[in-house]
Formats: sequence, structure tokens, C-alpha cells
Amino acid sequence: MISTESRPRLASKVRLRYDRKGERYMLLYPEKGLVLNPTAADIVTFCTGENTVSVIVDRLAEKYSSQTREALERQVIEFLGVMADRGLVQGDV
Amino acid sequence: MNPAYRPYTLIAELTYKCPLRCVYCSNPVDYTRHDQELDTATWLRVFEEAEELGVVQLNLTGGEPLVRNDLEQLIAKARSLDLYTNLITSGIPLTQERLARFRELGLDNVQLSVQDVKPADSDRIAGLKSFERKMQVARWVKSLGFPLTINTVLHRDNLDHVADVIAMAEELSADRLELANTQYLGWALLNRKALLPSREQLDRAREVALAARERLKGKMEVLFVVPDYYREFPPACMDGWGRRFLLVSPDGLALPCHVAHEIPGLTFEKVGTRPLAEIWASPDGLGHFRAATSTSGAAAARPTS
Repeated sequence: MISTESRPRLASKVRLRYDRKGERYMLLYPEKGLVLNPTAADIVTFCTGENTVSVIVDRLAEKYSSQTREALERQVIEFLGVMADRGLVQGDV
Repeated sequence: MNPAYRPYTLIAELTYKCPLRCVYCSNPVDYTRHDQELDTATWLRVFEEAEELGVVQLNLTGGEPLVRNDLEQLIAKARSLDLYTNLITSGIPLTQERLARFRELGLDNVQLSVQDVKPADSDRIAGLKSFERKMQVARWVKSLGFPLTINTVLHRDNLDHVADVIAMAEELSADRLELANTQYLGWALLNRKALLPSREQLDRAREVALAARERLKGKMEVLFVVPDYYREFPPACMDGWGRRFLLVSPDGLALPCHVAHEIPGLTFEKVGTRPLAEIWASPDGLGHFRAATSTSGAAAARPTS
């Protein structure tokens, strides 16, 4: 369960890689890859296990200033929830 | 070339040698004719050229890749190219020290085959007393911090044990469980009379697997791959011919899958004769079906016999 206090990090099986051919980031894990859009890549880059979701939202708010903080927070939590369900992100507080 | 045709995964079949003798082995039936294995230098060059072409995942497989004594060099090279590297293995022969070395060199994932849940049954299917050693390897894999994939090939004799296979994988803290129904090619095609399950067996096992997939969401990924024989329409093999996967056989053939060279009327090239990018783009072999599938609704070309 991802909350504002969670400190998300990539699951140990997952590696983030820049894809030169597609000029984008992708997550790699056994037998699969997941192409990240620029926003998703921004979120994932902050998932180091040190930043809380609150901090991640603060950092994103600097870049995505056209959105309210509440809207950003909702989207970040939803995205990380999907990633956690897929076993790609661990959200332990 | 159309960017739809990009190899994301290189399947490196390092050898056809293997201490096991599984009756459903996907190696070609005539594998002893292909005993000229690529040397280390050639594999290293193949990895480099494959990464250039777009490959991000590397499966080190066989046969049994552990019988190659240059595996350490190959893993180190893969890591230097930032490839996500999977070792697909029976776990035999292996020591904890060698596995720890693989970890240091940057191996990412270990996929371990287990043939069944009871030692005697598993050993009989594998043709080698190996079950207890496999359990030991699984524990090493986890204690060294690797993600663990357990792969169990399913057929008539073990489909009814799927619930126990899932329990075993949970017990071993596997991250991923592949319940892979036998694909009927290679030795499995030869032995299909002994291996093909009944429809009812398959349906029951699928129910169990789907329930486990729900229950274990986020903890252990559970895959259940239905055999082509029981699908209304078989899916595109390898996600499409020469589209996302590139396989290099132990003797160096660049192939779309591990048995394509058995199809009469097609020719495939060996790596090392010219750049891999050219082989991948060639209209023969790997490119054989591309023209037919690039326009929607066109009739598919078929190999001639």
C-alpha cells in the first residue's frame, strides 16, 4: 500500500536503463521490459528508497508547475500503486 | 528497417550439452550434429553487436550453460553492456562459490528448472538424480540476493501437481513461477504420446494457477502458458518471427527461435560471417516473413518444402 509516507524503491529484480534506440527509459526485469513515458521516468528516478512520496511530489511539482500539488500527489500514488501490484516497486514505509 | 523489428532479447544458446535428459527437451533432435560450439571471443562480439541492434535482455541458456567454463567472462561482458542477464539453468553442476562469483560479476536473475515436486518423480523426468541439488541451488540463489524464477515444464505426469508446485515455489521464496506447458517441438514432439495431457487435466491446472496468480499478486508472479494444441488459435510464436527475439544457437546460427532451422526450405546464416545487423535485416531466414506481415491483411508467406 502506497501512502504519502511510503519510501518507494525499485524491487531488487528491477533495473532502470536508458534506451538509446528509443531515446527513453525502460525498466528491465526477468523476461520483460516496461517502457516508461517521461513522467513515469521522472517518478521512478526518485524511487531510491530514501525519498517519501511527499518529497517525490514536491520535487515533481517544481517541474510540472501547471498541475496542483493535490492532483500530482493523486497521480503519483496511483502510478506507484500499479507498479507495486506488478511487483516492480516496493513501498515499505 | 521498420522499427517494429527490433530484437529486445538475445537468447544465447551456449551449448547443447546438458547433464539432464528431460523427455520434453526443446533442443533439436539432431543436436549431436551441431557440436561445433562458438568460442568465447565470438560470443563476446555477438553480445556487443546485439546490444548495438537494440537488445536489452540476454538469456544465457542451452543445453546447460553451466558446462561452459567461460560463463564468468560472458556475464561480465553482458554487465558492461548494461544488458539484463538471465541465467536459465538446471542448477547442475554448480557450487555456491561459482554462483556468488556470478553475482559479483553482475548476473541479474536465475531461472531454475524443477521437473516435479517429489524427488523421485522429478529425478525420473530429468533422467538424473537432481532434485535435492536443485533445492539447494534455489536456496543459494535467494541467499545471494538474486531474484529467483522457478520454471516447471508441465505435461501429463505432473499437471495434477500444480498446486504443490506453487507451494514449493512459495516455500523457496521464488519471485516468479513459470508453469510452462510443454511446447511440442524437438524431443517433445517425438515423445508427444507420452506427454500430451487431457483437456480436463489442463483446465483443472489452469484454474489452480489463475487462483494462485490472484492470491500472490505483487509477491510472486505466476505464469501459466497454455499449449498451442489446446488453443483455438495458436499465438504468434516468439511474439512474431524475427520481430523481438534473436536466438543464436550453440554453433552460431542466427535464428528466430530454437528450432527454426529444422523447417525445410529456409536458410539461416551463421554469426561472424558478416555483421549481425545485416543478418538481422536480411530478407532470408530472419526476415523471411517480414514482407508478408508488414502490410495488413496480406497473405502470409509459407516456407516451401
